[in-house]
Amino acid sequence: MSVALQAKGLTKEFKGFVAVNKVDLTVEKGTIHALIGPNGAGKTTCFNLLTKFLQPTAGSITYDGRDITKMLPADIARLGMVRSFQISAVFPDLSVLQNVRVALQRRRGDSFDFWRSERELSRFDDEAQAHLDAVGLSEFTHHRAAELSYGRKRALEIATTLALDPEMLLLDEPMAGMGQEDVARTSQLIRRIAKNRTILMVEHNLKVVADLSDKITVLARGEILAEGDYATVSKSPEVVDAYIGAGHD
Amino acid sequence: MSATDTQPAPELHRPATQGMPMLHKAIFAALLVVLAVLPILVYPVFAMKVMCFALFAAAFNLLLGFGGLLSFGHAAYFGGASYVAAHASKVWGWSPELSILVGTLAAGILGLAIGALAIRRQGIYFAMVTLAFAQMVYFFALQAEFTGGEDGIQSVPRGSLFGLFPVDENEALYYLVLAITFGGILLLYRIVHSPFGQVLKAIRENEPRAVSLGYRVNRYKLTVFVLSATLAGLAGATKSQVFQLASLTDVHWSMSGEVVLMTLLGGVGTVFGPLLGATIVVTMQNYLASMGAWVTVIQGVIFVLGVLLFREGIIGVLSKWLKRPL
Ligand SMILES: Nc1ncnc2c1ncn2[C@@H]1O[C@H](COP(=O)(O)OP(=O)(O)OP(=O)(O)O)[C@@H](O)[C@H]1O
Ligand SMILES: [Mg+2]
Repeated sequence: MSVALQAKGLTKEFKGFVAVNKVDLTVEKGTIHALIGPNGAGKTTCFNLLTKFLQPTAGSITYDGRDITKMLPADIARLGMVRSFQISAVFPDLSVLQNVRVALQRRRGDSFDFWRSERELSRFDDEAQAHLDAVGLSEFTHHRAAELSYGRKRALEIATTLALDPEMLLLDEPMAGMGQEDVARTSQLIRRIAKNRTILMVEHNLKVVADLSDKITVLARGEILAEGDYATVSKSPEVVDAYIGAGHD
Repeated sequence: MSATDTQPAPELHRPATQGMPMLHKAIFAALLVVLAVLPILVYPVFAMKVMCFALFAAAFNLLLGFGGLLSFGHAAYFGGASYVAAHASKVWGWSPELSILVGTLAAGILGLAIGALAIRRQGIYFAMVTLAFAQMVYFFALQAEFTGGEDGIQSVPRGSLFGLFPVDENEALYYLVLAITFGGILLLYRIVHSPFGQVLKAIRENEPRAVSLGYRVNRYKLTVFVLSATLAGLAGATKSQVFQLASLTDVHWSMSGEVVLMTLLGGVGTVFGPLLGATIVVTMQNYLASMGAWVTVIQGVIFVLGVLLFREGIIGVLSKWLKRPL
């Protein structure tokens, strides 16, 4: 199997506090890889480093064989690696359809054509609608995104991310705040989209993690504690300690 | 099942395929009718001044309301264009449309240079950088040879449009100014409602998300900065032809403050707010001119009251109340 994303010695210091410490991470192409760990373990910081929203203090990152350590976050997305955010990230004042369209619009290339009518964008409507249907948002097409419930905002985020048709997705707690039904549907969706994509996912719902992931990396206090499939990781005494020590459910 | 249960107000969530909403078309048409007959009712120079400032405020609103960037130095583009256009008319003897064009282009270039440096900063630092550069433009206008120092450039000839149609008379110039400012305002409307405008809104709403979708946001910010500076320049260049004058007032920091005031008073991020805000402020200055320094005080009081009573500006509040974007 070939490697999609690889980090070596990834480190991030915030004013003396080391949030991520010498993390080596290898995500194989075509797999679902979960990153788990107690609150404050450094999972989101890892995501921020891997997608270059933060500049690492030390270490290197390669994506698809290319060194991306010095690249800008927008260019990472253009290479086909797209992230979602832990706090729901929609465009609140745009309609649900427009949210997805903003992603599809990227395919036109850049949109510096300020002299054209936005009617130009209606050619993406059908495709955007199809992405909304896939996450169960068919009825909400013309609602303002701000009006959606939390779970539906997360679904909209996934639809928007998928609209870019990325080769690799980084999902930061995609199911947080979702009801049971939505969790089940999103699980199915992730499994379906993972058929020809690579996914790195942070998720607290261990049942989902056990169900979906091919490989799990456990992070605690910025360092890797254990790595392997669910059976291996869940038996590791350090992991059990870390979870209980941090008072995590 | 009634359609109104699940469907939100159609105007608010109008699919983009419908183009300009009827209400906006109606307001623009009404404005055009009023402006066409206005010189019969009021002194044309006053009406032209209002139109120039309406365009200036609308251009500023593009940057603040849709780019989310607060510039405290827009006088640099307004006044800079005013000086260049006045110089072109007076010294080079250019016809008004060419003078206005070169003034506008100069503002755009100035906007590109200042914007490229300013957009690296955020929030208050961005505002301070724009102010600092605008002060440099002010001191340049004060010190340089061709700007005429304290006097500015006076007695600028109006000349003839395309070298053919004299616009010395206020009535003739009025319709040229109407065409320019109305065209500029329609262009601003189009910019907001273009594919570019859509990305701009996305960036304003959630910048990290726009980045994660692959948008290089600084390029969009710079583009909107240059567009805003250029159209502010169009307003300033046109104004220099109306008053036959480019003066230090045009590049003074208080001019930068005035356009902020107009925009906030009318409603930032609305289509018609800046136009109303500019009309109110210019009218007030005109009728209170005899009161000297008190104008500033009264202006300040009105501004404070306006912001306290209408947090979102007059048109902003009206728009909420009517549940229609205005
Ligand atoms: N910008 C920052 N400045 C300073 N400290 C930070 C910053 N970002 C994160 N941290 C700290 O780094 C540590 C790791 O945070 P991070 O958000 O990566 O944790 P996490 O594993 O995602 O936690 P959670 O499960 O709660 O989302 C925390 O102690 C946090 O306070
Ligand atoms: Mg986190």
